[in-house]
Amino acid sequence: MENNAESTEKKESRSDNGSGALNDMTLLFPAKAENESFARVVVSAFLVRRNPTLEEVGDVKTAVSEAVTNAIVHGYRGASGDVTLYACVADDLFIVEVRDNGVGIADVEKAMKPFYTDKPDEERSGMGFTVMQTFMDEVSVESEVGVGTRVTMKKRLKYANGI
Amino acid sequence: MLDNVRQKDTLIVSISGELDHYAAPKIRAELDEVLQDKSIRKLCLDLKAMSFMDSSGIGVLMGRYKLLNRRGGEIYVKNMNSHVRRIFDMSGLRQIVGVQE
Repeated sequence: MENNAESTEKKESRSDNGSGALNDMTLLFPAKAENESFARVVVSAFLVRRNPTLEEVGDVKTAVSEAVTNAIVHGYRGASGDVTLYACVADDLFIVEVRDNGVGIADVEKAMKPFYTDKPDEERSGMGFTVMQTFMDEVSVESEVGVGTRVTMKKRLKYANGI
Repeated sequence: MLDNVRQKDTLIVSISGELDHYAAPKIRAELDEVLQDKSIRKLCLDLKAMSFMDSSGIGVLMGRYKLLNRRGGEIYVKNMNSHVRRIFDMSGLRQIVGVQE
């Protein structure tokens, strides 16, 4: 893949014995804007095997796009670094995590407020977290200044089935 | 990426592809270039061929609204899908950007 992006499905054995109830994936890619669409495509491909609605695919793609953009724009501020996309599905529960090892967020509560942006000159709307919260059932953010940020998002799928 | 049609004081621009943080600077620059023509008072964005938009698109639309608002003009969209509609409603874009049904 471009930019050495690599996808690895975890190999360790599962208690569900491969029945398809639980599945997960990890994708590591450089913090480059062109990889935002790549992350969306990968998470869609992973999710689509669980029979999501078109709306659910759109919701997840958009939320992931926001989190990955935040990692690139705010986490790394244009500097190089890696973004990790982890996704996991167990029955009808879909969980996706976007992690970076960037500058971190000093005040998570403030950062999550609608229209808040630390880059007002760049026409950023400040709606990234609001979009994530609108399109996913649950969004949590763990961050430490100088260490990085982890955004975890959950969504219940309407018609989830096995693979 | 953009396809333009001029009708009197209205410029209709069709956006195709994805409007995310990666594509936003290019789309913004192209729009601002055509909007240098001060006789354009109304900007209509046709979103029919736009396959994806996230909050980066909100920034682009708000910025173009401000630009046109300064010259007494306006901005509206047409062929918005349900997904983009939700982003519009959520962000308050609906209050400043018209929607042609």
